[in-house]
Amino acid sequence: MTRYSAFAIAREALRDHAGWDRAWRRATPKKRYDVVIVGAGGHGLATAYYLGKNFGITNVAVLEKGWLGGGNTGRNTTIIRSNYLQDPSAAIYEKARSLYETMSQDLNYNVMFSPRGVMMLAQTEHEVRGYKRTAHANSLQGVTTEFISPKRVKQLVPIMNIDGPRYPVLGALWQARGGTARHDAVAWGYARACSAMGMDIIQKCEVTGVMSEGGRVSGVATTQGDIACDKLGMVVAGHSGALAEMAGFRIPIESVALQALVSEPIKPCMDVVVMANTVHGYMSQSDKGEMVIGGGTDAFNNYTQRGSFHHIEETVRALVETFPMISRLKMLRQWGGIVDVTGDRSPILSRTPLEGCFINCGWGTGGFKAIPGSGWGFAELMARGHSPLTDAFSLDRFREGRFIDESVAAGVAH
Amino acid sequence: MSMRLPTGGRLTDRSYRMEFTFNGKRMTGYAGDTLASALLANDQLLMGRSFKYHRPRGPVASGAEEPNALVNLGKGDRFEPNQRATTTELFNGLTATSQNHWPSLEADIGALNTHLSRVLPAGFYYKMFMYPRAFWKHVYEPFIRQSAGLGKAPDAESRDADSYEHFYHFTDVLVVGGGVAGLMAAKTAAQSGAKVLLLEQSAHWGGRAPVDGGTIGGQSPEDWTDATLAELQAMPNVTLRSRTMGAGVYDHGYALGYERLTDHAPEAPGPRHRLWRIRAKQIVTATGAIERPLSFAGNDIPGVMLASAMRDYLVNWGVSIGDRTVVVTNNDDAYRTAIALKKAGLDVPAIIDARSYGGGALMAEARAMGIRVEQGRGVAKVLGGKRVTGVAVCNQLGEGAVLDEIACDAVAMSGGWSPVVHLWSHCGGKLDWDEAGAFFRPRAGAAPTDADGKPFVSVAGAADGHMTLAGLLQDAAETGAAAATAAGFDAAQTVAPEAEEVAEKPLEPVWLMPQGARYDLRMKAWLDYQNDVKVSDVQLAAREGYESVEHTKRYTTLGMATDQGKLSNINGLATLSNALGESIPQVGTTTFRPPYTPISMGAIAGEAHGALFQPVRQTPIHAWHEENGAHWEPVGQWRRPYCYPKGEEDHAQAVIREVKAVRQSLGLLDASTLGKIIVKGPDAGRFLDMLYTNMMSTLKPGKCRYGLMCSENGFLIDDGVVARIDEDTFLCHTTTGGAESIHAHMEEWLQTEWWDWQVYTANVTEQFAQIAVVGPKARMLLEKLGGMNVSKEALPFMAWKDGTLGGFPVRVYRISFSGELSYEIATPAGHGRALWDLLCARGAEWNITPYGTEALHVLRAEKGFIMIGDETDGTVIPQDLGLNWAISKKKVDYLGKRAQAWPHMTDPARWKLVGLLTEDSSVLPEGAYAVADGTNANGQRNTQGRVTSTYFSPTLGRGIAMGLVLNGPDRMGEVIEFTHIEGFTVPARIVDPVFYDPEGEKQNV
Repeated sequence: MTRYSAFAIAREALRDHAGWDRAWRRATPKKRYDVVIVGAGGHGLATAYYLGKNFGITNVAVLEKGWLGGGNTGRNTTIIRSNYLQDPSAAIYEKARSLYETMSQDLNYNVMFSPRGVMMLAQTEHEVRGYKRTAHANSLQGVTTEFISPKRVKQLVPIMNIDGPRYPVLGALWQARGGTARHDAVAWGYARACSAMGMDIIQKCEVTGVMSEGGRVSGVATTQGDIACDKLGMVVAGHSGALAEMAGFRIPIESVALQALVSEPIKPCMDVVVMANTVHGYMSQSDKGEMVIGGGTDAFNNYTQRGSFHHIEETVRALVETFPMISRLKMLRQWGGIVDVTGDRSPILSRTPLEGCFINCGWGTGGFKAIPGSGWGFAELMARGHSPLTDAFSLDRFREGRFIDESVAAGVAH
Repeated sequence: MSMRLPTGGRLTDRSYRMEFTFNGKRMTGYAGDTLASALLANDQLLMGRSFKYHRPRGPVASGAEEPNALVNLGKGDRFEPNQRATTTELFNGLTATSQNHWPSLEADIGALNTHLSRVLPAGFYYKMFMYPRAFWKHVYEPFIRQSAGLGKAPDAESRDADSYEHFYHFTDVLVVGGGVAGLMAAKTAAQSGAKVLLLEQSAHWGGRAPVDGGTIGGQSPEDWTDATLAELQAMPNVTLRSRTMGAGVYDHGYALGYERLTDHAPEAPGPRHRLWRIRAKQIVTATGAIERPLSFAGNDIPGVMLASAMRDYLVNWGVSIGDRTVVVTNNDDAYRTAIALKKAGLDVPAIIDARSYGGGALMAEARAMGIRVEQGRGVAKVLGGKRVTGVAVCNQLGEGAVLDEIACDAVAMSGGWSPVVHLWSHCGGKLDWDEAGAFFRPRAGAAPTDADGKPFVSVAGAADGHMTLAGLLQDAAETGAAAATAAGFDAAQTVAPEAEEVAEKPLEPVWLMPQGARYDLRMKAWLDYQNDVKVSDVQLAAREGYESVEHTKRYTTLGMATDQGKLSNINGLATLSNALGESIPQVGTTTFRPPYTPISMGAIAGEAHGALFQPVRQTPIHAWHEENGAHWEPVGQWRRPYCYPKGEEDHAQAVIREVKAVRQSLGLLDASTLGKIIVKGPDAGRFLDMLYTNMMSTLKPGKCRYGLMCSENGFLIDDGVVARIDEDTFLCHTTTGGAESIHAHMEEWLQTEWWDWQVYTANVTEQFAQIAVVGPKARMLLEKLGGMNVSKEALPFMAWKDGTLGGFPVRVYRISFSGELSYEIATPAGHGRALWDLLCARGAEWNITPYGTEALHVLRAEKGFIMIGDETDGTVIPQDLGLNWAISKKKVDYLGKRAQAWPHMTDPARWKLVGLLTEDSSVLPEGAYAVADGTNANGQRNTQGRVTSTYFSPTLGRGIAMGLVLNGPDRMGEVIEFTHIEGFTVPARIVDPVFYDPEGEKQNV
């Protein structure tokens, strides 16, 4: 693997950039692997990466039915934060956030993690109390957040109208080390690092069946033939239900469309990420200059990667009200992804009824920010059978009533 | 130089001059000009700078596909960045400035990047700026952010001076595109009697046909357009809208139109943009085709332009781009440009045709006019910097060895045409690769489908790949008729009028010029102009394994600029397919997403801003609160008075006064926002038994019962008092925020699970005003009003009664959320304000005191009453709150019962409700957690509880709090430590949660 650096670019410039290697090898499936991961999105690739890096397991294949990073990894609004309320959520998201801090250096791939700060606006007394509670919880969880005044909000985001007639800003929960990263680069960086460890990333390889012997997983059938494995990790977000069915079990997942949009690029005008849950919208400005905007999920279940315009309207009017200067900017593009949502809106990282088969899904609207923490914990779960990061997120919780409900802290998709 | 010709310009009115400024320079144009044509007429070819390398750029197109000529438009509250000069209609007083340069358009420091382009290939930023780590946030990123972006951001405090609106429109057939195909399709559809809406994005009808020539039914395309338009205008079932773009197609026949009403006349009254929200039974897209550039070195130098665009500027606006124009092409159509230029008296030194076999009749015509035609040749590179000075000619099949240099100041290029398939594709329409035309066209039989699986989008004309006038008209006539038929009308097969135009020889796909171009040429051959993506970048992406077309797009940013790849996508993916050795259809396209061209956020928001953004729900007494200085608190869509400060009082002082008044004498609360849902029918009692944890079916008419509602997962979601009105009728009170959601919850169960039960529900929240009269003097006030017996015997605690009070029809509930003697009086909404006024007047002798939500909270907390949203958060079951008394043991089932038996729910070690008192009487911090020793496996501090409600109690003169604490009720008297945000902890003693009148004597008098 050629190491990336300014020097390497200068060297290649002299020979017309003809010497660059493939970022990841083109691979055809072997007959057998120690571990097969289904889904080459951020979570799947991160799992493979930490299996190799933390546990020395490198006889790994990552199968992808389309192109790697093509699901929600490449469709989200790239927000990274860990200001969650419940302990298990704060643990895994903070692990993820801290890994994002050093990801570019770890992977030798610039994922442009930008700790520019994430702000969640409080616009009702109820939200004020909720975010103050989160700040207390975070202080015990090792997550640095604070509740800030409207004046401070305005200083951080001059384009915000904090005295709007409908919902004046009463304060905000502020996480200074939250931020954004370049979403595609996260998938590409992990893929490159996995490939360098000798793992096979096999694109256009759709799993069509799960094979088992005596209650234990033995491999998968794919459009590129059967592949045997000792352990199987399912990391396919919106299509988790379909894959679980192949393995003979059901999971409490519903799939719905979540949409986002960007404006045309303008010069920098907003440095931080702002989430406004009362009015249902959030916005940041990408390094390219586009205002990146998102809101809530569609109300109906759906597998198409598009959504209804009504949600776009609801989101945009909320943000025009919050940031009046965007009224004369233009929406450049809207798109949708399919998110997998559980009953308590927290993910599932779990063993399954099929021995040797593990599932990582249910990240709903908040998966991107979790990628490295999810991969770290899920790799440990797969390698050792349990992980403090994932234990609370097991499938058993739905039978036992141990829900991890964050709805009090976030009424909006993000 | 570019200039206005002495004559010509079918769209301009030379009798009407218009003044405008560009970068502060005063210029003039004519009515009918676009900003681009007017700038070109003033020899202002340089209009902007590209995104990455800050290359000097002029317009390359004449319409919506323009990637280069973007300007900042207007000033102050009408400022707008990234406006395409090619689609901006000129108006008097227009002010525009160019974008993305410093210090000036002509001399831009950023243009240094173009010299560094060798070290700034696609994706360079993924490979550097990583060390040292802290530099990304503080050095690299600020620099990248500043050099990125295009237009200026509007001022932080600017407020859009314009308004916007939405239209809702239902139609049988929507036709998008007012070119000859769209007109033809609209006509045949409308002749069936179907309701037709025809949209055209520009200010003019007829599309390209008037510029391209030919005849339709013996008429010129322009005359045919006028005649057809007149016919359509005369039909009552046809609606026509120009300046209205078809922006997007969504599921179920939903489409968006974007009408620009005053962009061309900013001082005109009325909204600026109108968003059309259209439901169409059938959608016909007649969106035409867009010409493709050719990929040769220097194809971005100002003066290089699409051949069709150059023809547009000439014919439509009487503007020439240069005096000497070399035409470069792989097809016959570009010859039309050469011929038109020559006829206008301009010099065309050569036509360079990449096809060894050359063109057809048009080539012969050009040659006959004395134009030199070079067959099998290409452009090795364009010479010049900020303006074309010549072209170097080479063999198309070679590597770029220069055969000849031709001096010129403009280059017209044509790489063929691509149908505009965006709207077809938005909702899932599939595409086929057309080998002969070298373009993607809609795949027959693969249209987006509606809920019944029937296609609802069809394509007419050039957008469907029909590139001859006769062919596209016939296709449009058939498509329009078919759409009307599919919409349920009887459309006659209409034969299109006969059309004639010069026959053409087939094009030859040319994806790189010359075919074997060396690296130094490929790295100057632009694919995506705005984002500076070149042939070499796509090839690099392919080499590095970014092989999926989506990977290539994202790695190189190809097609991600404000034109969304209208010019670059096909050339880019052809380049990729060549690099991969795969066919173009194998590589496929990226996803087409709405909108077709960018639409304003203001238009999307529509009228919903300011006072109309989530309109405030008002109780009948709202105005009184407003007049009496209420400090408001948003609660759901309502606003409720938080308190009513008097004189110099702050909020805290006002709350203390209000609480004391209630406890000592008489208070008045507007409780109208509480949800009121009628549940009626023979099965109503049975239904409520399932909905509430308590038994409701045994409630006697005339009585009230406090009830709890849980989710399927056992968690408490709402509470309130249920009153039985008669045998079949219950009135369920919900929380303010819960009215709509609980009503929906009821309906969901009734409609999906118990659909055969005879129960009806109605949300009557707004039909009644409800006023709580609270305090020791409450009964005296009601008796003073007179009309009904409200004595303890006649109306005991937890009973209700209909009657009159002070002449008003009322229903009085004897219930209390404060622990005081309390009556909640419901009256039809229209009487609410008058009753309130009467209560205020008659209560004056007891100093009746209206109180707000905060006093309400304090009063209930003093009594240890829970509040949904404070003591509950979606994770709390009634058993946690000591509410077992409200959970029926007799019922076989209720929503949540099964879940409440789950192991974690029945675990004795749960956090349970207690009262909390600080040792020093201070108020515990909101949201504080009770810490426990040690940390968990993830290094987080262990906790053993949290504060759910915390207030200063005026009655007790100290802080009181409620909280959930591990095994709390078993730990009375124990002192535990709570977090304080400053880092220390606050000790508090666990006590009973009822701080005031534990025996309930006050409310029961």
